[in-house]
Amino acid sequence: MNFSFKRVGAMVLRYAYLLRASRTRVLDIIYWPTIQLLTWGFLQTYLVRAGALAAPGGAAQAAGTLIGAILLWDILLRGQQGFCFSFIEEMWSRNLPNILMSPLRPVEFVSALVAMSLIRLVVGVFPVTIMAILFFGFNLWALGIAFAAFFVVLMFFAWSVGLLVSGILLRFGLGAENLVWSLMFFVQPLGAVYYPVTTLPNWLQPFSWMLPPTYVFEGLRGVLIDHVIRWDLLAQGLAIDVFLFAAASAAFGLLLQSARRAGTLLQTGE
Amino acid sequence: MLQTALASGPTLAVAGLSKSYDNRRVVGPLDFSLDAGSVTGLLGGNGAGKTTTIGMVMGLIEPTEGSIHVFGCDIARNRYGALGRMNFESPYVDMPHRLTVRQNLRVFGMLYDVDDLDAKIEQLAKDLALGDFLDRQTGRLSTGQKTRVAIAKSLINDPQLLLLDEPTASLDPDTADWVRARLETHRRTHNCAILLASHNMNEVERLCDRVLMLKDGALVDDDSPANLLARYGRDTLEEVFLDIARGRVDGAAA
Repeated sequence: MNFSFKRVGAMVLRYAYLLRASRTRVLDIIYWPTIQLLTWGFLQTYLVRAGALAAPGGAAQAAGTLIGAILLWDILLRGQQGFCFSFIEEMWSRNLPNILMSPLRPVEFVSALVAMSLIRLVVGVFPVTIMAILFFGFNLWALGIAFAAFFVVLMFFAWSVGLLVSGILLRFGLGAENLVWSLMFFVQPLGAVYYPVTTLPNWLQPFSWMLPPTYVFEGLRGVLIDHVIRWDLLAQGLAIDVFLFAAASAAFGLLLQSARRAGTLLQTGE
Repeated sequence: MLQTALASGPTLAVAGLSKSYDNRRVVGPLDFSLDAGSVTGLLGGNGAGKTTTIGMVMGLIEPTEGSIHVFGCDIARNRYGALGRMNFESPYVDMPHRLTVRQNLRVFGMLYDVDDLDAKIEQLAKDLALGDFLDRQTGRLSTGQKTRVAIAKSLINDPQLLLLDEPTASLDPDTADWVRARLETHRRTHNCAILLASHNMNEVERLCDRVLMLKDGALVDDDSPANLLARYGRDTLEEVFLDIARGRVDGAAA
């Protein structure tokens, strides 16, 4: 079984054509990160100006933590949605049987979806990181190697969720479409995005530590508040990521097999 | 050695094939084979199991029992060994509407690893008269134009097994006749085996050298159009179809 970069390229090209032909799709991937950044960014600006965070240096520190968390959360969310949107396009356009009957292997299909997830992130979130510098003086890129590590841990989790949702869509059709938009938000309160894990009730904290994003957001606070890169946390997050990605891949395979058995692959549509 | 022997056998070999949902059998058991260069019609009323049968041959629906071999490859275990040499067209499947015809054909050409793709697209555009709308968005085409594009997609890899599910459905008689002529040309020039599911009896009589009659998922007859007409004592395949569909099978002397 030969992996074909050409076939992966064909799928990336297919989605790039679609993006080029649809301004609303491009706007959509830029719109929400911008809204998120502005809403929360201006909120924290208001809090700082109002003196709500009065400790010396505390306000600026908290503001940076909040903006950083917003940007990383959006990378996670857009990473997953970028993966799933490319997949669901095939269902909306009733093209999935054409794709599944071509020589494209599932691993090549998933590779193309991963590539499109990254491309959408570059288009949608990169400009927002620049806006964060211009509007709020927060430079995510200044985190350097720590940012790269955060990105890797978040992306693998995003792709794991994307794989699982895509498998569910294959099996259950567009009736499960809302999972694309909603599933990741489940992680937000549990993943310690805007506050430390210790804020959560004691009984909930072990569940929080099962999620790779928790390690990233705790790591972010470590860098910004304590000026320490917690490699131990990131390594644990990555280890859980590997497990979850393997589990999601297996689930995708099983759901694809189940869809073949149930005969639902020929019944997809807009 | 075995692979060589299998490869020289029938293009498609179906044995004991059946599909059940919730313990209710919807297809089978089916046994048939297609030789290179043959055109076999799959006839039956709505819900007779034609699309499910084609879906199983494509590997998109898992059979409950039985086996499917395409070019000697077991579809259950090694469908990728055969997929590059087969293709399909169905009115129930679409192509991305916002992509132009050329972009769609380019994507599928790359998926099938077609050599000299630009030349292939130009050739298909010429053969199927796509030139006027090659750079138009696929979603803006008429039904007849879309069907021609879908046929072009199904021929992009010069398949040696072509699965067609009602390829001329909702086409006007002139366009349908024109499409049939192109399919006949492809069969002749590429020695391609074609499995054609259709409700159009004239189409089946014109294209097919063999007809499989399905009723409630079961294979109830299998013969050439001429032999079917003779055995049922009818003048047209439509009359034979109605005899089978309505259970008037006394004329089938076998």
